[in-house]
Amino acid sequence: MSEIFQITALSLQISVCATLLSLLAGLPLGTWLGLGRFRGRSFLLSLINTGMALPPVVVGLLIAVLLWRNGPLGKFQLIYTPVAIILAQFLIAFPVVTGLTAAALGALDSRLQWQILGLGASRWQMIWLLWREARLPLLAALMAGFGSVISEVGASMMVGGNIRGQTRVLTTAIVLETSKGEFGKAFALSALLLMITYLINLALTMIQQRNTRR
Amino acid sequence: MIKESMRRCLLLGLFGLFLIACDPLPHAEKNLKPFSLSVPTSTVHSGSVLILATTTSTQDSGLLDVLLPIFQEETGYLVKTVAVGTGQALRMGMEGNADVLLVHAPDSELDFMREGYGKDRAFVMHNDFVLLGPENDPAGIQYAQDAAGAFQAIAHAGAVFLSRGDGSGTYARELQLWKQAGIDPRNQPWYLESGQGMGATLMIAEQKLAYTLCDRGTYLAYRGNLSLKILFENDPTLLNVYHVITVNPQRWPMVNYTGALAFLNYLTRPSTQAIIGSFGVEQFGEPLFIPDAGKNEAEFGLP
Repeated sequence: MSEIFQITALSLQISVCATLLSLLAGLPLGTWLGLGRFRGRSFLLSLINTGMALPPVVVGLLIAVLLWRNGPLGKFQLIYTPVAIILAQFLIAFPVVTGLTAAALGALDSRLQWQILGLGASRWQMIWLLWREARLPLLAALMAGFGSVISEVGASMMVGGNIRGQTRVLTTAIVLETSKGEFGKAFALSALLLMITYLINLALTMIQQRNTRR
Repeated sequence: MIKESMRRCLLLGLFGLFLIACDPLPHAEKNLKPFSLSVPTSTVHSGSVLILATTTSTQDSGLLDVLLPIFQEETGYLVKTVAVGTGQALRMGMEGNADVLLVHAPDSELDFMREGYGKDRAFVMHNDFVLLGPENDPAGIQYAQDAAGAFQAIAHAGAVFLSRGDGSGTYARELQLWKQAGIDPRNQPWYLESGQGMGATLMIAEQKLAYTLCDRGTYLAYRGNLSLKILFENDPTLLNVYHVITVNPQRWPMVNYTGALAFLNYLTRPSTQAIIGSFGVEQFGEPLFIPDAGKNEAEFGLP
């Protein structure tokens, strides 16, 4: 029982961490791509949108090659650690958050920017107000990012190694129990995973909808 | 309308899941087909089906794919292979559900013979497990007297050991060796469990510079991608010894005893032993199984 608790806690830590990191990087980049007018913007957006469909196993392979003992980042000894999984999941969630942020801000009426600036707001205040305005789709971007990593198994297996007590997360534990023919346990873990995903999304949805019904 | 079709889809899906969950012998079913197709039905006469219960290792290595067609062609017997764990293979013999067994658990086999379930038993071949580890061997297991000593050295040094931890035969042997060493490794900080197959486990051990127990065949297949070396081998407790056993017809008159005896003689005759000894040489540079028919079992420290 304590092992299941530990696996669940680790899954949450890793995926929440990866999602927050992708928010930290994806929100500014997505804002820039969504609001900016510069050459190469469409090209960058197309890259990010392709990244939204990046298969987790491809990310896993990439991170594994980088982190292997003989790889370029091998000296940090990160392969088969939770940090390696966070890195991989960050790479999976980051394009999702960035792309959806760009889409959310790009959908705002561009005259809104000029109006806010015209009322004497600074550039940072303007961006803050735009984020508030696009609160609904931005939280949806966050949920999509979290959903893409908490449910992901390929990269976690490849760069984490499913090591008991260290890098075994809910999805890799489900794969293991299924391969052992322990379908009951596999179903129980699946139910747990779905429940957690539901609770987190419920919380985010409540935040999202808090101020909409006035 | 839409609701109706959705419900139908859901039910169908659940039924599919149910079928998957209920299939007790996924291996067995897969293995029956190629053999029943490869033999022309004209040579088959009544009482000629021979049920062979064996372990997954002989099946997975591809050895049976080489040995069975020759036997079937020569004798006309239709061999139905059921690849299961050794425990289950012996139980099939006890219940008269198999005619001949090819298994690798000497202690249980002797009980099986003593209780009169088997008629003849012959030494066929062996392969072995090896202990792999980083070349510098931090625990110094290459100087161990026996396998138990090697495991004790790993525990004593607190060197990282990567276990399969997945309920496989290799994992069962590893647990047995820890028991012989008088050590309970679970929950030790240096004891890791991958919960994955042998190949994935080897790749993780490679990165972690960990010790691990591996069957020689898988090691040979992965050797090109590994810097891990065989640090301990050739110990009687690491042997994986295969015997062929015919099920006693006095207990189960229905069994195909003549066919079983023909199979025993086929496996132990010199020409077949030569095939076993050369199997895998072309692909891996050394054989996966060492033929042992007629050898003195005491030499191997066997009961």
